[in-house]
Amino acid sequence: MSDGSTTIGRSATRRSARSAWVPWAYLAPAILLYGAFLLFPLGRAAQYSLFEWDGLGASTFVGLANYAEILQDPRLREAFWHALVLVFFYAVLPLAIGLLLASLLTRAQVRGLGFFRSVIFLPQVIAMVVVAVTWRQIYAPDGPLNGFLRLIGLGALARPWLGDYTFTLPAVGLIGTWVCTGLVTVLLMAGMSRVPRELYEAARLDGSGPAREFFAITLPMVRGEITVALTLTIVAALKTFDLVYVTTSGGPGTSTTVPSYEIYRRAFELGEVGVATAVGVVLTIIVFAINGVVNLIGDRK
Amino acid sequence: MKVSPIERAANYVVLVAFALIVLGPIAVIVSLAFGPQNASAAREGGWFHPENFPEAWEIGRFGQYMLTSVVVAVIVVVVSVLASILAGYALGTMKFRGAGVVFSVFLLGIMVPTEAFIVPLYFDLRILGLTNTVWGVALPQIAMSIAFGTYWMRTYFRTSSRALIDAARLDGAGSMRILWQVLVPIGRPAVLTLVLLTFMWTWNEFLIPLVMSPNGSVRTAPLGLAFFQGQYTQGTALLAAGAVMVALPIVVLYVFLQRHFIKGMIEGAVRE
Repeated sequence: MSDGSTTIGRSATRRSARSAWVPWAYLAPAILLYGAFLLFPLGRAAQYSLFEWDGLGASTFVGLANYAEILQDPRLREAFWHALVLVFFYAVLPLAIGLLLASLLTRAQVRGLGFFRSVIFLPQVIAMVVVAVTWRQIYAPDGPLNGFLRLIGLGALARPWLGDYTFTLPAVGLIGTWVCTGLVTVLLMAGMSRVPRELYEAARLDGSGPAREFFAITLPMVRGEITVALTLTIVAALKTFDLVYVTTSGGPGTSTTVPSYEIYRRAFELGEVGVATAVGVVLTIIVFAINGVVNLIGDRK
Repeated sequence: MKVSPIERAANYVVLVAFALIVLGPIAVIVSLAFGPQNASAAREGGWFHPENFPEAWEIGRFGQYMLTSVVVAVIVVVVSVLASILAGYALGTMKFRGAGVVFSVFLLGIMVPTEAFIVPLYFDLRILGLTNTVWGVALPQIAMSIAFGTYWMRTYFRTSSRALIDAARLDGAGSMRILWQVLVPIGRPAVLTLVLLTFMWTWNEFLIPLVMSPNGSVRTAPLGLAFFQGQYTQGTALLAAGAVMVALPIVVLYVFLQRHFIKGMIEGAVRE
């Protein structure tokens, strides 16, 4: 072995030893910030959830009692049930509307599609607090919605939408529908525009109508986009906080309370930190489970 | 594809109907914002009251809250985008042991609900004296933005040209130089989209500033609006004016750069 090759060998070793820590140097700021202010507190949540603590004094270890409380406390059970109802309004309804809208739009070449896309997406960028304040005015007893109902002779249906035990939760849910539909539609439009035109031409030669085209071609081809849309909107429904905080504060009574609102209320208003973190842990597990299930179904060909 | 004129006409009807459903509530809040403040003002006549805006700005202390929002947003955007570029560069262009695990851990952060970690974080930051400070409000949002930003920048760096990186390396450029003088300048659209999304999410965030500043000393604009609503239940016009002002910065950006917003949110949503 000549001297030259030894040198090359040594410098190569030195380079690989050096390059072993280079990626970690680049990752360090992100890992430190992300670890300290998201991962670490997430771990702490699991720990807190095993204690009874009012946020000030001494804490007592109570094992899984806080989790048992979630099963026993009717108010908490109700909150999770409301979250499920919101999933219908945030995810199922927008998906149905979005499928219809997107398939109509991709069938015909319509002018102004870009403008339309920007308009229906707009609610996604407006702060939820602004959305909530706006819809509070619309739903007000003497607000535009009731005014419109009276104008078209349906005054009997007018009611204080955010003060009614039966209608408040659907009323809040419909705000979610208003926000989420644009996102779902734009996602589906992107997916449908990738479906090869020839498939539709061939189907039409076979004499298929719009409905068959939709079920035989469009729907299977946008499976991936449907999966993504459902994941995003279901998670948004489960995490609803600002909308409920600003429109109803969980009321009237407990008719619109949701898990995230209960977390806030119990931790910072009632001094039940253990129960609050337990609800947070359960919520996280549900979010991950739904992500997993939806993706599993979406991936199955 | 050819469709019948009737179907085409029906499409326009559906399009216009949906556009109206989206724009209707926005028109309601804007018209309320310019409307009379109370019944007696309405009787005096006039439907156009732009003076509601300076008045709401004054009474609702939106000047102070907007400034707080800007400070928090600048801190979150600068720190998280820088950290995301560095981390995304490592994960997107370098091969090393543990890369897969690190990436999965960042992905996890995109899904974790804020509600799950904000309660323990509040109590830990309180011990450190960081609650009721700008940092208490910014740090959790930096952590959340890094999760998405790292994922986003990694995707960009993975698709960037290997030939270009190799050419720069042959010219003797170190990894730092390749990043800042070759890849980042070409990747300006990707970085711009990330900056816009991070800015929007930070500006619109509600739960974190609510929890992290219980005494209200670091109140951001959306929070100011929520508390304004609590205090001025009668003044619909002023409340509406406040709502319009809080939404305006993002809506203006959106109108000019909507492609970046839509592309970012759609592509960011479609994880490989």
